[in-house]
Amino acid sequence: MEIFLDILVAVLLILGCLMSLIAGIGLLTFPDMLTRMHAATKPQVLGFLLIFAGLAIHLRNWTIVPVLIVAWAMQLLTAPVSAHMIGRSGYRTKHAAKDTLFSDELRQVVDKVSSGSATGAIPVVDSQDHEQDGK
Amino acid sequence: MPNKNLAPRDQRIDDALDTAGVRHRATLKQEWPLLLLLVFVWGALWQDFSPGNLLFGAIIALVIVNLFPLPPVVLSGRLNLWYCVKLFAWFLGQVIAASVHVAWLAVVRGKQTRSSVIAVPLRTDSDLIVMTVGHVLTLIPGSFVLDVDRSSSTLYLHYIDVDSAREVEKARENIRDIERRLIMAIGSQDEYEAIKNECSPRVRRKKEQP
Repeated sequence: MEIFLDILVAVLLILGCLMSLIAGIGLLTFPDMLTRMHAATKPQVLGFLLIFAGLAIHLRNWTIVPVLIVAWAMQLLTAPVSAHMIGRSGYRTKHAAKDTLFSDELRQVVDKVSSGSATGAIPVVDSQDHEQDGK
Repeated sequence: MPNKNLAPRDQRIDDALDTAGVRHRATLKQEWPLLLLLVFVWGALWQDFSPGNLLFGAIIALVIVNLFPLPPVVLSGRLNLWYCVKLFAWFLGQVIAASVHVAWLAVVRGKQTRSSVIAVPLRTDSDLIVMTVGHVLTLIPGSFVLDVDRSSSTLYLHYIDVDSAREVEKARENIRDIERRLIMAIGSQDEYEAIKNECSPRVRRKKEQP
């Protein structure tokens, strides 16, 4: 029984670490920033779950389980926020290669908003013109 | 602290301050599940769930939420534990399947990977549901939220390995399925009634085929 549990722990820990390895490979092989975000932000979901499950079995102590659950839940709460913030700002820079996208339904919206702010700037130009007229 | 400016059924708060310039505050009735979570975190950190320790944790939780008030999280007032368990099991299955898929893409496809930015209009008006849909789909490997249009509850997401119009539609349907599952689990009564008779995309496809 003891040896069986030890093997299970080893398998869980190695599988969990494998998730991080694959994330590293993904960072190297994926073509652009947005695709890399998938590799960079996802290993903790399954990887941490496997590692924490391995830890919980290995320590054989019930009081550690709530701590591991809290640690995992914190990862689940914070990882998407960072992915969203980097993705959102990254999309508006040159690093988000648009040629690896099959379709892009956000493009129009962003273009519309940025052209909207450009027209919003026209009154400023107008007032400068008036000042020059006045001179 | 009593709260007069927030109806319990309000699904969306537009500002930290209401029209009279008073800060929105959650009532104890709206807040108790979150307080319970804080007490759980306290017990977990001390690794001690004895009544005395939990009581002290509850006092600290109350002091904290009253000293540092945040805009209230508007819960729907409905919680179906069975659908929550179902949602969690389904979520774990999705995470495992998608992790394998992304791992395969990373090792085999590499530079040839094509993805799409997809707009998904959601049916809900609830901030909480829009936020949790975004969270769940971001946690499942293969998709993450790029942008949110709050007024129309539209999520713009980056979806990996989507390179045909059919797959775009399929991806959109998957996200709306996450929304359906979340509304079944934690959505408000009205939204639950509206979505109850809808079945998952796989079942629907099976029904349409024969």
